[in-house]
Amino acid sequence: MEGFLNALVVFANFVFIPGLAYGAQIALGALGVTLVFGILRFSNFAHGDLMAFGTMITILVTWWLIGMGVTLGPLPTALLALPVGIIGAVAMALLIDRLVFRFYRKQKSAGIVFVMASVGVMFVLNGIVRLIIGPNDQRFADGERFLVTVRGFREYTGLAEGLAIRLPVAITVIVAVIVVAALFWFLQYSRTGKAMRAYSDNEDLALLSGINPDRVVMVTWIIAAALATIAGVLYGLDKSFRPFTYFQLLLPIFAAAIVGGIGQPLGAIAGGFVVAFSEVTLTYAYKRVLEYLGFQPEGLVQLLSTEYKFAISFVILVLVLLIRPTGIFKGRVL
Amino acid sequence: MSSRTRNALAASVAGALLFAASAVAQAQEVKVGIILGFTGPLESITPGMGGSAELALKEVNDSGLFLDGQTLVPVRADSTCIDNAAATAAAERLVTTDNVAAIMGADCSGVTIGIVNNVAVPNGVVMVSPSATSPALTDIEDNDYFFRTAPSDARQGEVLTEVIRSYDIDSVAVSYTNNDYGKGFSDSFVAAFEAAGGTVTIAAPHDDGKGDYSAEVGALAAAGGDLLVVLGYVDQGGVGIIRSAVDTGAFDRFALGDGMYGQSLIDAMGDSIEGTIGVIPGAEGEGSAKFAEAAKAAGLDPTSSYTGESYDAAALIALAMQKAGSTDRTAIRDAMLEVANAPGEQIIAADLAKGLQILKDGGDIDYVGATNVELIGPGEAAGTYREYIIENGEFKTVQFR
Repeated sequence: MEGFLNALVVFANFVFIPGLAYGAQIALGALGVTLVFGILRFSNFAHGDLMAFGTMITILVTWWLIGMGVTLGPLPTALLALPVGIIGAVAMALLIDRLVFRFYRKQKSAGIVFVMASVGVMFVLNGIVRLIIGPNDQRFADGERFLVTVRGFREYTGLAEGLAIRLPVAITVIVAVIVVAALFWFLQYSRTGKAMRAYSDNEDLALLSGINPDRVVMVTWIIAAALATIAGVLYGLDKSFRPFTYFQLLLPIFAAAIVGGIGQPLGAIAGGFVVAFSEVTLTYAYKRVLEYLGFQPEGLVQLLSTEYKFAISFVILVLVLLIRPTGIFKGRVL
Repeated sequence: MSSRTRNALAASVAGALLFAASAVAQAQEVKVGIILGFTGPLESITPGMGGSAELALKEVNDSGLFLDGQTLVPVRADSTCIDNAAATAAAERLVTTDNVAAIMGADCSGVTIGIVNNVAVPNGVVMVSPSATSPALTDIEDNDYFFRTAPSDARQGEVLTEVIRSYDIDSVAVSYTNNDYGKGFSDSFVAAFEAAGGTVTIAAPHDDGKGDYSAEVGALAAAGGDLLVVLGYVDQGGVGIIRSAVDTGAFDRFALGDGMYGQSLIDAMGDSIEGTIGVIPGAEGEGSAKFAEAAKAAGLDPTSSYTGESYDAAALIALAMQKAGSTDRTAIRDAMLEVANAPGEQIIAADLAKGLQILKDGGDIDYVGATNVELIGPGEAAGTYREYIIENGEFKTVQFR
């Protein structure tokens, strides 16, 4: 029995908890991508760098707050700065839409033109972020580091293995649940949310019934930028902030959105966890877990070396596009 | 004569004078190339390295004893540390355009290998690197033109093994940065550790610049071991691995290679890395103290990485020229080992005038310099390492090995 519990604790510590936090971060990012796709009808490649931009503003405000002596006690100060970061990212997203995407909307350009324009926006945002905060690692998590420490867990349970729950992980999961619940309530029950869904379902019918397209587009950008900033700040609190890492996050985020069914908010969440848990479970070495279960494995029992983490997102993406292009929740076909 | 013609005439006279002056100056000047990564990943430490090399050259010039009153002139070039093409072009320019007699550099192992192969050996120019530590440079086809005042990581692997074994630890996991330095270092450490009777449960690479190292640490934890050996960079993935290992409770003891030494490690990790052990190239003794004094007087920080090695590299070049009695590139090469090793009068740092005088009188010297220089094998430093332990949030020197 104790062996089984130890195996469970090892698995939770190295696979389940990291996967849960990572999945929630990816899911929030994928929600933004899927919303933009559902309503504006293009894949926004600038989403990763929009995340970086919002996070950057949050970090700068966090530093300023800490400099002024304002902190949240045990909680990270970044949570206090988050609204400012969201406002900054929203302003940037609306500015970009005004300067770039609106032009192509007026032209009624093909989808691929939007995608290419978003690649351009991605590079510009990328440059702005690096220009302001630099390309290096930034850590901005302050306050308590742990909710449950390994040592504390061992002493409390008497098990040989320990379990750590870091505060940023707990915050990630809680914030993600709140944000997703709020988003779904908004889309289901609010007038604007209904208008957005109608616009996404059938643009012409929606326009005929008097929905203001400019307003729908604006609200979409506001929500997408807010989600991007929240996802970025949670990822940065949990891991660390580096512009290049955020650019790389684009791949798992798109994989998640497509796996879940692009344009489907529920799918984005499911896809986020599918991608995150695939990455973690396939690269984990199960030797210790199996040993506690009474096996004596020869090697490390690791399916893939950890360097293949990103390749897993790619493989999932390709497999889904080949076998079930609509994704789990029957989204649109790209 | 109109004023315009007069001006033109004045200008050409001045030009001719300048030309003559530079021709005279050239006859007495010996150029020495200093190629370091003044831009790139090492840009924070290369100014100190370049400054230390120039300090040695200045000391030689000030003595007035160098080759019948000739002066050494440093010419800086940028190795970028990572861009082989740029480094090779810069070195080529030093050799062909600036016509340097020898090169002090380069800094990073990758570009150093490139410059040795493409510039130093084809042109027959002596190169003395203060900081390229890859074991691959030991066996490089260099026609004996390549020297280094930094020891090979093969040696560091052995020293790190000795340190870890002295704590009675015989099972370790290794995480190394995924590049030439990390791979070479890890290979030599694993070989040394296993030869000493220890067990390496896993030697896995980590990529720098990632946000999350929980997967890497998961694999390391699954393999187990009493201690985690981290052979990476302190401002890169190395500290990410340590943070993740501490957070998940995978390891609580660490041993570190030279790239992990830095105050930023302690700033980042606080008291969770108490008792961490490690090694870093470094010397003690009169030479190192004298160098520290001279460097401080010149406004340099002697504790910055590889400053002593840089001073020694430049000093060796000057002494070899003096020994050879000429600035002929091949003659410099042939005199190198004679001035660096015994027999002869020992010469420490900041005492170069004495060495120059002995050589001028036809005597023999054994250059000790700032870092106890002793060139072994194909012309690389035997190497002294400082063993440290982190206690009360400070790096404490245990001993020199």
